[in-house]
Amino acid sequence: MQLYDMPDARGHFGQFGGTFVAETLVEALDELRMMYEKYRHDPVFLAEFAHDLKHFVGRPSPVYHAKRWSDKVGGAQIYLKREDLNHTGAHKINNTVGQALLAKRMGKPRVIAETGAGQHGVATATIAARMGLECVVYMGSEDIKRQAPNVFRMKLLGATVVPVESGSKTLKDALNEAMRDWVTNVHNTFYIIGTVAGPHPYPMMVRDFQAVIGVEAKIQMQEMVGRQPDAVVACVGGGSNAMGIFYPYIDVPNVRLIGVEAAGHGLETGMHAAPLTTNSPVGVLHGNRTYLMQDVDGNIIETHSVSAGLDYPGVGPEHAWLKDIKRAEYVGITDDEAMAAFHGLCRTEGIIPALESSHALAHAEKMAKTMRKDEIILVNLSGRGDKDINTVAKLANITL
Amino acid sequence: MSRIQSTFATLKQQGKTALIPYITAGDPHPKHTVDLLHTLVENGADMIELGVPFSDPMADGPVIQRASERALMHKVGLTAVLEMVKTFRLTNQSTPIILMGYANPIEAIGPKAFADRAKDADVDGVITVDYPPEECGEFVQELRSRDIDPIFLLSPTTEPKRVDLIVSQASGFVYYVSLKGVTGAANLDIVEVSARVAAIRKKTSLPVGVGFGIRDAATAKATAAIADAVVVGSRMVQVIEASTDDNLLDNVATLMTELKTAVDAATKSI
Ligand SMILES: Cc1ncc(COP(=O)(O)O)c(C=O)c1O
Repeated sequence: MQLYDMPDARGHFGQFGGTFVAETLVEALDELRMMYEKYRHDPVFLAEFAHDLKHFVGRPSPVYHAKRWSDKVGGAQIYLKREDLNHTGAHKINNTVGQALLAKRMGKPRVIAETGAGQHGVATATIAARMGLECVVYMGSEDIKRQAPNVFRMKLLGATVVPVESGSKTLKDALNEAMRDWVTNVHNTFYIIGTVAGPHPYPMMVRDFQAVIGVEAKIQMQEMVGRQPDAVVACVGGGSNAMGIFYPYIDVPNVRLIGVEAAGHGLETGMHAAPLTTNSPVGVLHGNRTYLMQDVDGNIIETHSVSAGLDYPGVGPEHAWLKDIKRAEYVGITDDEAMAAFHGLCRTEGIIPALESSHALAHAEKMAKTMRKDEIILVNLSGRGDKDINTVAKLANITL
Repeated sequence: MSRIQSTFATLKQQGKTALIPYITAGDPHPKHTVDLLHTLVENGADMIELGVPFSDPMADGPVIQRASERALMHKVGLTAVLEMVKTFRLTNQSTPIILMGYANPIEAIGPKAFADRAKDADVDGVITVDYPPEECGEFVQELRSRDIDPIFLLSPTTEPKRVDLIVSQASGFVYYVSLKGVTGAANLDIVEVSARVAAIRKKTSLPVGVGFGIRDAATAKATAAIADAVVVGSRMVQVIEASTDDNLLDNVATLMTELKTAVDAATKSI
């Protein structure tokens, strides 16, 4: 069997990916690509990365058999990869540790980031504080409202949070603004992109840093149940937690890989953030070619999701590729379905999941019901829900 | 010879630098765009850069972002922009029109179909900010086979080796982005720009235009002395933004006259 080996040297996954950026950034991306090539297999770099993941992030994160929830759902056994237990509360920190180590080696004193839910912003602010780097985080003003606790955390950590008022005032606009900052300050600034999107080498590099999730899970599943799961389920915003857990499984036969996009108010309403599930046209945004929610003129259309971290009109190019080659499947879960799963997990397992992760949980619940009791679903529980309490309180009419 | 090439050839004989104003199509309202194009020509535009509105203008500062937003409120997309060029061409067949925008509107139509439609509208050149030469070989072929000039940006960070690659793909002229940053930032350093332009000239006989950061008569004049074309964008859009329906064309004419006088007064040092 030919092993999976993507992307090509210029960051293409078939027709997807690439480096679609303004000329001013080409040089910076070349430099980053060369530095990453130099360090990605360097034992000293990898040892430092592993050390920080263990002692600062708290890895490995456990795999947990959600037995009560599985029984209640009735069907397959659901296991959770507990990225919510990481320092700062989500998988995002894995990637920021890796990129910050590179920024240090490249001598860049300033890091910038975009953030939607604020988890990537917090993770970047955290690692910047630890390494003594200046940190600026761009965040849509709409997201600042719905993720206030994370804004406060970033400020405590010494980061400057810049509200973005353009466009839809959400994640994609924060990315635009971070790109504008980078173009202007490229000499001293490292842009820590928070997902498997952006120009090459970001989709590959972020995947590699997040792959620790799947690498650990494979070992843990073997130890716990003596085999690999029948299906791996993860939510997809840009797609980093999903790529992180999928990647080590791509060459493992008979493991279904399922990415869960935000179906918002429902796929048929157009108010969603599910470019793969709805077969959106292919286009170019934020440095790569991928499936994109857009109108006939090629303008990006507004997305909707209850979870800020999934509210993105595109998707990492490797997911576009995995969809086309049919190695992964992509489905949508609505706001309401995600909320129901959120409450379900809270009450049966004592775990408050992030709204993003709740999309994966909701789909696992649907699947489990159609499967046998001895079958296994592994869900990437990408983050914890502390940041979402205000949103949930509002939706569920709970007074705090 | 393309219309862009012959315009540069004529100006060169006269010892002049081209003045290229930029406006965003559909800003402030689509009903004004064709009139604005004619006003620019009547007041000294040698060529025009016509911005294609895009929802996510990553390389633009706030001024041109807002212009895009105003145009998009009236649903002005690439198809509408091509119609505007067609209307302009009914009464002007001599002034080169260069479309400037982002890749995705072109991707949405498809590179070949877009090239056909641009040719049909009599467009002369295309600048696509996020299509570096490595990613748009097919597109460049489609344009060049129809005598439309693919125009590429060079930046302060472009390595000499890449300049070779870029000029090998470009025709019409090359466009030196005079600063690290988005459109509308105001920190053009004329000494540094001169040195860069001189270095580019060693590598190509294509005319060199300079843009980003040219905001007034003084910077226009200084740039005109060293470049083959001076591009003025954000300042033009600012004047449009501050105008009313009644004084729009007059205000644009006034700014153009000021810039044209400055550009013509430059003593060429090339
Ligand atoms: C907990 C959590 N899960 C998932 C996501 C979505 O990002 P990605 O698709 O890159 O994993 C986010 C983004 O903010 C997040 O905070």
